[in-house]
Amino acid sequence: MFDRLSGKLSGVFDGLSKRGSLSVEDVNEAMREIRLAMLDADVALPVVKDFVNRVQEKSVGQEVLHNISPGQAIAKIVNDALIEALGGAGAVPLNLNAVPPIPYLMVGLQGSGKTTTSAKIAYYLNRRERKKVLLASLDTYRPAAQLQLEQLANQVKVTSLPVIEGQMPVQIAKRAMEVARLEGYDVVILDTAGRLSIDEALMEEVQNIRDVAKPAETLLVVDAMTGQDAVHTAKSFNEKVGITGVVMTRMDGDARGGAALSMRAITGAPIKLVGMGEKVDALQEFYPERVASRILGLGDIAGLVEKASETIDQEESERLAKKMLKGKFDLNDYAAQIGQINKMGSISNIMDMMPGMGKMKEKLGDKELDTSILKRHQAIISSMTKAERKQPAIIKASRKKRIAAGSGVTVQEVNRLLKQYDQMASMMKRFNKLGVKGLMRQGLSALLPKGMTPPPGGGMMR
Amino acid sequence: MALGFFSRLKEGLSRSTQKLGTNLTSVFTKRRLDEESLVQLEEVLIAADFGPEVAENVIETFRKTRFGSEVTDKEIKDALAKEIAKVLQPVTVPFEPNPELKPHVVLMVGVNGTGKTTTIGKMAKYFGDQGLKTMMVAGDTFRAAAVEQLQIWGDRVGAPVISGKPGADAAGLAFEALKRAKNEGADILFIDTAGRLHNKSALMEELAKIIRVMRKFDETAPHSVLLVLDATTGQNAIEQVRIFKEMVDVSGLVITKLDGTARGGIVIALAQQFQLPIHAVGVGEKAEDLRDFSAEEFAAGLVGNTNVEVSTTEVVEEKEE
Repeated sequence: MFDRLSGKLSGVFDGLSKRGSLSVEDVNEAMREIRLAMLDADVALPVVKDFVNRVQEKSVGQEVLHNISPGQAIAKIVNDALIEALGGAGAVPLNLNAVPPIPYLMVGLQGSGKTTTSAKIAYYLNRRERKKVLLASLDTYRPAAQLQLEQLANQVKVTSLPVIEGQMPVQIAKRAMEVARLEGYDVVILDTAGRLSIDEALMEEVQNIRDVAKPAETLLVVDAMTGQDAVHTAKSFNEKVGITGVVMTRMDGDARGGAALSMRAITGAPIKLVGMGEKVDALQEFYPERVASRILGLGDIAGLVEKASETIDQEESERLAKKMLKGKFDLNDYAAQIGQINKMGSISNIMDMMPGMGKMKEKLGDKELDTSILKRHQAIISSMTKAERKQPAIIKASRKKRIAAGSGVTVQEVNRLLKQYDQMASMMKRFNKLGVKGLMRQGLSALLPKGMTPPPGGGMMR
Repeated sequence: MALGFFSRLKEGLSRSTQKLGTNLTSVFTKRRLDEESLVQLEEVLIAADFGPEVAENVIETFRKTRFGSEVTDKEIKDALAKEIAKVLQPVTVPFEPNPELKPHVVLMVGVNGTGKTTTIGKMAKYFGDQGLKTMMVAGDTFRAAAVEQLQIWGDRVGAPVISGKPGADAAGLAFEALKRAKNEGADILFIDTAGRLHNKSALMEELAKIIRVMRKFDETAPHSVLLVLDATTGQNAIEQVRIFKEMVDVSGLVITKLDGTARGGIVIALAQQFQLPIHAVGVGEKAEDLRDFSAEEFAAGLVGNTNVEVSTTEVVEEKEE
């Protein structure tokens, strides 16, 4: 997500940063490129125009053109404008400030992911907010849609409203609210059928549902891969039923995310949640500032830390950190680290979140990084004796042969692992010398051995 | 599918493209084709999901041939439609099952929510009505109630649906189904698959495995791999086609949800880059809402020329239904 947009934009800023001073023409050229990058990323045309105009206006100001590094100054302006376009800093939570049962209404086009998202929200509210949630499917059109929600409800261990054959959506909504009131539910999620915004009969139906249920949240579910049509859909759903929030789905795809950038501008409603995968827990809050910095290739350190703290064993990492700081980092620690990385998910996901890494990832191509090497490393390490793990230096030819045979790899692979360990160990030493302050100043690239340094420019905005 | 391309699609397309039409009208009612109007025209194309690059190319053609001349709305529309139809003509290929294969194996692939299951239901209905014996495989063993969804389609159109347990191996299921379809002398076997994002390499590998396993029984299977694309998709459709084609050798496209406001302009870029046949378009939720793709109709609809002649025989045919 956002990778390509991010790549293109940082190209623009790199171009600018090579110049000492900027002329108005330079700025205009950069704006043309930004416009193109955004259009390529499926940002809605009116939103692009408005965005570029605003950035351009600010960029030709005196303080920018006479700035020592005008490229950076413009990048800052773009960053701010992106955050603004995405709805301002900070995540906007789901509305839970209402008298229970709080009705949520899910609307959107066919196939945007309403039913899956409904179940994810139910799971989310149930786990994080300890809410008693009732799921109700109002989709009487698509074959087996009601059954789908029922099965998902079972999966996430949330109650779903029993299906009564032949009942119409408005009746189901009424019944759901009644049941919720009688049985003391906190939140009722009304999952509606997918509909086209120009289908007047169906739009009237959803209006009737709204009037019956009086939802505290009306969430528009939008596929992140949507093109320019996002404008029409979001606009008319908002005009006809009134949107209080947007959920972007399939944000784990490789679309460039333009629809996400357009939503706020078109509906005025914030993006509240994003779907990041097919599993029921793959739903996240949406932080505009983090997404903006990811778009600009600045990484998402806050998100990374959060993710790490959710998955990583605290004590274990403190132990590791201490060892690293002492410069005592052995293969046991490496194996432990691999275990933790595996828990965090794919490497490329993690790299996405690290500043300056976007370009390195680009070099690696579109493919998901091969994590099987980590598994192999784990296997190799577990074929070593305790002494070898503690003191890898003692591993010479015959030990290598034994380890290779034990873990089913070649001696070359064992060599590669040892070399990599050496590099890491020397990285740790460098880390010690720099200290935390030095690291902040010089960035991650200061840690990398020569030759692995990311290309200049990636870190220019630090 | 000889069904032609009429009222429903026309209605759908014209609706979906009215905006483009009005946009064009407002831009080009009798005026000189100057730089400003070219920019406006380009934006109209971009707003229809042509993508900035393709839009620019089209504009360049116009600049060369018509720059500075007095043009009317109609002239622009016609010229533009002609330009678009020219690109789409070579990929306009109706889907025709090979009756000798028994069964002609069709694998349906695509990202989540594009309409694979619905499209299979519609195709089974269409070919069933033509007297062909169709069978369907509920190969989406992942998504909740996907099997039941296809089962209901099977009941509706009167075609048997072969299914396994939830979470079952789709490749094994396809293999068994293929054997059964051959034994029972089916003409077409439609294999539904779980929706998957093309950037999930493990899931794509799973799809490749379905093909490998089927080939152990019949080396020529699948005979068609249809990628189902949602018309609302933007530039990402290019990546979808590229990767699906690479992984499972897609043989043709079906564009769904063309009855909405999305204009499907991305189809032009796809035709230029991949030259994959576009077999059919989906224009609604009913079993009959599948049509052959037609370059002229699509192009005319895109530019807002809705008064395209629909051949009378087709209209009669539809009334008889």
